[in-house]
Amino acid sequence: MDKQQAAQKLMAMFGNVNAVAVLHSIVVGLSKYIIIILFAIYTWHCFTVFIGKNMDRKEEIYKRQKRIMFTIHFICSLVLFLNSLSVQIIGFYAAQVAFLVIVDKAYLYVYRNLSKLVMNNMLMLLTIGFLMIERLNRDFAVKQMIFAAIICFAGLFIPWMIERFSYFDRFGWIYAIIGIAFLALVFVIGQEHYGAKNWIGIGGFSLQPSEFVKIIFVFFVAAMFAKSTEFCDVVKVSAVAAVHVLILVAERDLGAALIYFITFVIVLYVSSQNPIYLLAAGAAGTVAAVVAWKLFTHVQVRVLAWRDPWSTIDNEGYQVARSLFGIGTGGWFGMGLGEGMPNSIPVASSDFIFSAICEEFGVFFGICLILVEVSCFVLFVNIALKMKRRFYKLTALGLAVEYIFQVFLTIGGVTKFIPSTGVTLPLVSYGGSSVISTVVLFCIIQGMYVLNFEEGSDAPTKQKGKRKDRSYEEYEPTQWEEEY
Amino acid sequence: MRNMNQRSGKKSTRQQKAEQKQLVKEQKRGNRQILLVTYGVVIIFLCMAGYLTYFTAVDGKEVINNSHNKRQQILAEKIVKGSVLSKDGEVLAETRTDSKGNEYRYYPEKKKFCHVVGRTDNSLTGIELSECYPMLTSHTNPLKQLANTLRGEKSQGDSVVTTLDVDLQRTAYDALGDHRGAVVALEPSTGKILAMVSKPAYDPNTVLEDWKSLVKDDDEESKLVNRAAQGLYPPGSTFKMVTAMEYIQEHPDEYDSYHFKCTGSKVFAGNRIKCYDGERHGSLTLTKAFAKSCNGAFADMGTRLDLTKYRKFCEKLGFNQGISVEFESNKSKFSLDKGSDTAEVAQTAIGQGKTLITPLENAMITAMVANKGEMMKPYVVDHVQSEEGRVVKQYDPQSLGKLVDSKVTDTLTNMMEEVVNQGTGHALKTSAYQAAGKTGSAEADSKGTTHAWFVGFAPSENPSLVVSVVVEGAGTGGRYAVPIAQKLFREYLQK
Repeated sequence: MDKQQAAQKLMAMFGNVNAVAVLHSIVVGLSKYIIIILFAIYTWHCFTVFIGKNMDRKEEIYKRQKRIMFTIHFICSLVLFLNSLSVQIIGFYAAQVAFLVIVDKAYLYVYRNLSKLVMNNMLMLLTIGFLMIERLNRDFAVKQMIFAAIICFAGLFIPWMIERFSYFDRFGWIYAIIGIAFLALVFVIGQEHYGAKNWIGIGGFSLQPSEFVKIIFVFFVAAMFAKSTEFCDVVKVSAVAAVHVLILVAERDLGAALIYFITFVIVLYVSSQNPIYLLAAGAAGTVAAVVAWKLFTHVQVRVLAWRDPWSTIDNEGYQVARSLFGIGTGGWFGMGLGEGMPNSIPVASSDFIFSAICEEFGVFFGICLILVEVSCFVLFVNIALKMKRRFYKLTALGLAVEYIFQVFLTIGGVTKFIPSTGVTLPLVSYGGSSVISTVVLFCIIQGMYVLNFEEGSDAPTKQKGKRKDRSYEEYEPTQWEEEY
Repeated sequence: MRNMNQRSGKKSTRQQKAEQKQLVKEQKRGNRQILLVTYGVVIIFLCMAGYLTYFTAVDGKEVINNSHNKRQQILAEKIVKGSVLSKDGEVLAETRTDSKGNEYRYYPEKKKFCHVVGRTDNSLTGIELSECYPMLTSHTNPLKQLANTLRGEKSQGDSVVTTLDVDLQRTAYDALGDHRGAVVALEPSTGKILAMVSKPAYDPNTVLEDWKSLVKDDDEESKLVNRAAQGLYPPGSTFKMVTAMEYIQEHPDEYDSYHFKCTGSKVFAGNRIKCYDGERHGSLTLTKAFAKSCNGAFADMGTRLDLTKYRKFCEKLGFNQGISVEFESNKSKFSLDKGSDTAEVAQTAIGQGKTLITPLENAMITAMVANKGEMMKPYVVDHVQSEEGRVVKQYDPQSLGKLVDSKVTDTLTNMMEEVVNQGTGHALKTSAYQAAGKTGSAEADSKGTTHAWFVGFAPSENPSLVVSVVVEGAGTGGRYAVPIAQKLFREYLQK
């Protein structure tokens, strides 16, 4: 049922046409401003929570963020319901609330002393994704919820696994073999989607191996560089990492290739503390970019669309132009949920979901969303800074870079800040592989963090053990937090 | 930077402390690099957020108006698109409802304003395009809007009040008659476009019915093209204004004593430059050469110019740069540079060669002269007002800078007065006002097709109207373009 029919049905049910019309327009019209204000407060707290050391205040802020999340979720669901009068929406609402509450409680129980802000952000991003996908395509929303539920459940075992296999850092080359094998699998049983042959089909589901391998890839790089950053070791590891990237280029999965490359470079730079590697990688990257541009027409197409989507609007520039239409027409405050035409944006529910969000929730909301993503990254980095084991530190950093660079590629791509590369917005975009790998990424960082804390509190003197349950914020702030 | 391990209990020996320190150091290895990376990331994201802000604030409006963007339909569901009005409030375009309740756009002036106001059917153009979003936005009383929502009715969108003068536009339209060509009229002190006519025109009310013939365009009438802003013509002798200004600027002390003996034709690097009809003008000063439009003299002046400066000056005036106006326009072209040969220089100096100009650009240059060297940005939308007449957005005149010293423009103005008083524009001579101008007869092709030009302003001591007229394939400017300008001056100054 579309909006018009829904409105007519409402009027028929209640008789009083005017009252219903007013109610409808007020709810839809006002809700967008309320949502923006709430989300702005949420974002504000993502950064201000670090000020001061008052634990009660921090706890209060985390709770407030959760209340904001549930309020936004309720308002959006109400609007979606009023626009469709579909019972399915009520079902979605109930299921999502149950999901959010259960995940929140279960994680708080399993992951003792987890970073509550990371947790809140993860759920907030998932919620925004649910709502937008639900508005765009309800079949996708069902699938997305199933994937999220399964992986969030599986995520409960990650801390146990990290603790059980504390020798994770010994597998070095084995990670590389597994990773390359999975990536290469695409050549054998691959499928092509949107011009990139980077999917494999398993029992009706399409999976994107690069999404999973990117985590294993970080393990590989972190394990190798935690051991040694001698020049000849670096060369060996670089060669193997290059194999990963080249396979991805061959699959035309440029976004993933870039993510792998950047992650590798940053981890190498941090572990070796040698800026020359950064320069060398920059030079190599530039050469590679020029070569790719000369060799591959699909690279040229992306660059052309980026430089001028308007004159090539029917061909190369089609996607980017339509994305910009959505963002530009939505303006600062958006058209209101259900009031825009986000379905006219290609792949709106996955790669271009940021444009759809900007169109209906507004650019202001979009900028807050960017800031929330940055806050996640800052927290990850903060965790990496606190890690004692070198492997953990590098892994946390590598995962953080993968996460934020993917965000950069997708948001930069859909807003024409950089050429679009076709990657998803982690946690928000529709896509099983993407949701699964991102939740796993969040869980690993949280898990390592919890473990790090426990190992730390067991250290030198036992008398501190009693205070094991205290929240991590009680520690001295790291340099990063002090500078905040 | 302190670390928690430093706090974890008292150490019994110094050695333990040292070990501890070593451990902490090992743990912190790379943290500085991590922080650097983090700062980098934060900066990049701030740039991206800044870019998004810029896009929304600046480019967003254009995106909304793009004809590929179907979202205007959503706005049109709630708002009745507002009207386009002349400067006196006469309706140039409005939304009407037919007997079946369907909305359509009505243009009461039919063909007269078709290019500048634009059309709605088969893609938006003109003001209908550039101001589409403001007209689909309502700033009417919020209570009234709420009441409209209650009744299930649309609210009235805002109206766009233009700078266009209906009488002047009608005069220009009628004066062009059946000729192809264009007329632009500006207010020199502000850059307000008072009239803009392009012929042949089409009726925007019946675009859908006429579309096939409009697009097919058998006899190359190109009715859809706005010749005033998109038509590229050789400027002919009107370009002598530019050459003269550059000559005066480069020879501030000698231009007074410039002298040329015209024998009807002269050869420049193997290229013969002839005066119109082979007329012999005899002994000439700069002013006289300008008034008589002597080609030989100006070709000679052209060869004495510094070509780099010449090109720079032309680009300052807008050649090769383009104009930013609310409607579609083309870039005027100037192609001389340091390496150009003398034959081309001679041709270019008299307005032939490869130079191409739009009537709007020519009007802007003339207005700059009338405005004592300061060029104003031309504009056609004066303000946007709500249903009740409250001004929502006012557009103010914008200066494009003082491009020429007023001494130079004063000299040129005197020269342009002479054109009217005893030169090729003598038809404009009247006791009612002193006009200043320059005629032109631009050869468009080797077959002898000649476009008639006139650019000028009046009254010359305190100019209030600038006109730029081109009549395609008509002949000399003095005979075909000047009478049109005369009608415009009369209409605007003597009523």
